[in-house]
Amino acid sequence: MGVNENLAHLSNNLIYSAMAAYAVALIAFAIDLSGRGRVASPGVRQQEFGEGSVLTLNGPGAGGTELPRTSLAAGDTSSEKRQTVAIAVMVTWVALALHIGAVVCRGLSVDRVPWGNMYEFSISGSVVVTAVYLIALWRADLRFLGTFVIGPVLLTLGLAIAVFYTDAAQLVPALQSTWLVVHVSVAFVASALFVLGFSLTVLQLVQDRREALAAAGKPPLRGAFMEKLPSAGVLDRTSYRLYAVAFPLWTFTLIAGAIWAEKSWGRYWNWDPKEIWSFVIWVAYASYLHARATRGWDGRRAAYLACVAFFCLMFNWFGVNIFFSGLHSYAGVG
Amino acid sequence: MSVDDEIELRPGQKGKMPRLDAQRDVAQPKLSPLGWLRWMWRQLTSMRTALILLMLLAFAAVPGSLIPQTRIDPSKVSTFLEDHPDLGPWVRRLDGFDVYGSPWFSAIYLLLFISLIGCVVPRTRQQYRALRAKPPRAPRRLERMPVHATTHTAASSAEVLAAARKALRRKRYRVHAHDGDTLSADRGLLSETGNLVFHLSLLGLLATMAIGSFISYSGQSVVVVGDKWSNTLPQYDSFTGGRAVGSDDLAPYSFTLKSFDADFDKVSTGNQFGAARDFEGKLEVIEKPGATPVERTIKVNDPLDVNGSRVFLVGNGYAPKITVRDGEGNVVASGAVPFLSTDSNYTSTGVVKAADAKPKQLGLMAVFLPTASTDPDTGAEISVFPDDDNPKLQLYAFTGDLGLDDGVGRSVYVLDTSRLTAIKGSDGKQFTKTIGVGESVKLPGGNGTVTFDGVTRYVALDVRYDPTKIYVLVFALAALCGVTASLFVRRRRVWFRVTPSAGGITAVGIGGLSRTEDTQLAEEVRSLLMAAVPDRVDPADPVDSVEEKAPETAGGTNDEPARRHEPPGEGV
Repeated sequence: MGVNENLAHLSNNLIYSAMAAYAVALIAFAIDLSGRGRVASPGVRQQEFGEGSVLTLNGPGAGGTELPRTSLAAGDTSSEKRQTVAIAVMVTWVALALHIGAVVCRGLSVDRVPWGNMYEFSISGSVVVTAVYLIALWRADLRFLGTFVIGPVLLTLGLAIAVFYTDAAQLVPALQSTWLVVHVSVAFVASALFVLGFSLTVLQLVQDRREALAAAGKPPLRGAFMEKLPSAGVLDRTSYRLYAVAFPLWTFTLIAGAIWAEKSWGRYWNWDPKEIWSFVIWVAYASYLHARATRGWDGRRAAYLACVAFFCLMFNWFGVNIFFSGLHSYAGVG
Repeated sequence: MSVDDEIELRPGQKGKMPRLDAQRDVAQPKLSPLGWLRWMWRQLTSMRTALILLMLLAFAAVPGSLIPQTRIDPSKVSTFLEDHPDLGPWVRRLDGFDVYGSPWFSAIYLLLFISLIGCVVPRTRQQYRALRAKPPRAPRRLERMPVHATTHTAASSAEVLAAARKALRRKRYRVHAHDGDTLSADRGLLSETGNLVFHLSLLGLLATMAIGSFISYSGQSVVVVGDKWSNTLPQYDSFTGGRAVGSDDLAPYSFTLKSFDADFDKVSTGNQFGAARDFEGKLEVIEKPGATPVERTIKVNDPLDVNGSRVFLVGNGYAPKITVRDGEGNVVASGAVPFLSTDSNYTSTGVVKAADAKPKQLGLMAVFLPTASTDPDTGAEISVFPDDDNPKLQLYAFTGDLGLDDGVGRSVYVLDTSRLTAIKGSDGKQFTKTIGVGESVKLPGGNGTVTFDGVTRYVALDVRYDPTKIYVLVFALAALCGVTASLFVRRRRVWFRVTPSAGGITAVGIGGLSRTEDTQLAEEVRSLLMAAVPDRVDPADPVDSVEEKAPETAGGTNDEPARRHEPPGEGV
């Protein structure tokens, strides 16, 4: 089976276009975060939702029979209309469309799923991160997170083009299996959720520090933009929800990988470097979830564990593919 | 509480060892040995210990990816030992080449699993009781609950309770009325059940894997195209069986490798050129003695299932057909010899040992080039493509003692040259000659001739028998379902209380409690109250002045309008 060169070229051009769009979105997100973005009407500083939820009906001062609604929207000023960030989100949608186009063209050019080497893993993995982020925006207002999502996506695409680039080609026999689709696609979604969770966790740690300083009577001097972001508690809960979705998906990735390994190599578990690190990631996120349920380990300490787990994930993605040889050596780099 | 219990808690509470000085002994009696054991058990089964063991497990798994492992690639371990003469022995002493079978790694996961048992067993008992028990009675003061609300209605107590029961049932609460003016409800017991299933499944997974290591076996074998293979011990090149596996346990099947096809990328450029695209072997399988042969195909992701075991295609290579005649003209070796591939273009090396050759034993070392071409830079012949488009054989010959008679097993792929002499050419250098298919070479010194008759391929097969793997999968999937339920099901308790008051007005109170952090509990309580009491009245006003405002529908995605009505800084 051959390679459709035109489609492969089109895919590359679409990647460049997507990168340009991402760059615009990134700048817009950053401007909004810095507080210099355009705001349509002055708003009230938002209160946090979901904390101290005491419902009082017909109580003194409440008046009427309407129950106040509570919301999980993670921190945005309800009556403020931020135009810059609206543009950023819109441009991100455009970038996503271009990016999806690039991945689809790449796949069509070789008539298979474009998950055969490091370059393809990178462009497909990052498209899932953007998609998951934009979908998450429907459920919770995570627009403040844009800079910390689009930045890494753009970086990954840059690395993919500059370092990992591999010409379109057919798959080696070990990858020719339906399990490739199942195993890798779920791994992508789980990883994307871990990426979003990590961005929130980092912000949580920064916010936590600022809150600790403020409580000690020494308001932090730098990073004024953080004041617009939700509190450490809200960030903690939001990131937990992402991790809670990602963890079962990662478990599934391991199981699907084991089933495939059994079919392909004869053993469901081989202690291959990729497997070892996937296992380490699983245990690390299990530790995080466990820590959140352990007294004295929640909050800041659990957040550090989530960070460690994320570094393991990144090492598994980049480090293991490049530095280790093993059964998963399909990266096509080096 | 027994005296023992009272004592044993102390060290745990303080997190320190008890002092033994006389003064404190009065206040803090010595622990009995049993007390100590109980204290240690409590420490081991605490959440904190489990967490530390989990982190240790992740940490301890890492070295296995950095240091070569004997069970994965023994040759890399040898290379590592040669490269690091100082470090190597220490790594070996610390079981660094077998991390996942080492005492320290086992100790961590065994302690973790013991800790898990100690935690899960009492919780299972509790959960069993909780599943059978009714939802608990309503607390006397609902306003003490983290989420609570009150309202008033003109409807009767019975009507309110009936509507509340219906609303709770619709949200799949278990509902029970302990008395005439309250309703107790709870839901989400599945969360804890899922959590327990997850942990118990992990235990099952480990136990099944342990059983599997006793009764499973695996072996590797090389089969040349045209050869017949049967599932008996002598046919294996290497064999690893669990302790409970004997030679009688091998299922009596056999097969003949009819053909093997390999397909390589000829169209791509760059590093994908020459990459493997498809491998396919055709087998004629006899499932048990006397059965009719059946045609079967074997591919990389498509093993052969036969008689309970699986045969995997894990490798392939070339087997040049070589005929060796000795100095007296007798055929001393003939047939296809499997060569080991050394690079992506299948440059392969192999040896032929002719023990019966006269006047002296003859050993051949050969390099096989499937698509030979001259390297423009060095002038040497190299293989430029993995397919056999221009097969060539580079020969080196040795005479002397092959070392086959001392009873020590020797690899068929290695020539022990310690007691052999290289055959030299007329120029005094080691004799070498590259020949194509059908060509022969006469070895100098009347040592015989070598003929390159043709090329065939062989496959490397991995045979595995592990009846427990399906149970491993079942436990893994159960763990997945369990963890999903425990992370997504919310455990909640809700109580309703109705209090009839003057003027036909009924006061309705609701309280909600969640076992976990539950940001949507308030929303749930609100919508339950709305559903149970659709017509609300302000107790200060007469009944006929009920406000006509329709309640906000629950579950909408856009909550802007509701929030707009909220006085700033209140209500949430």
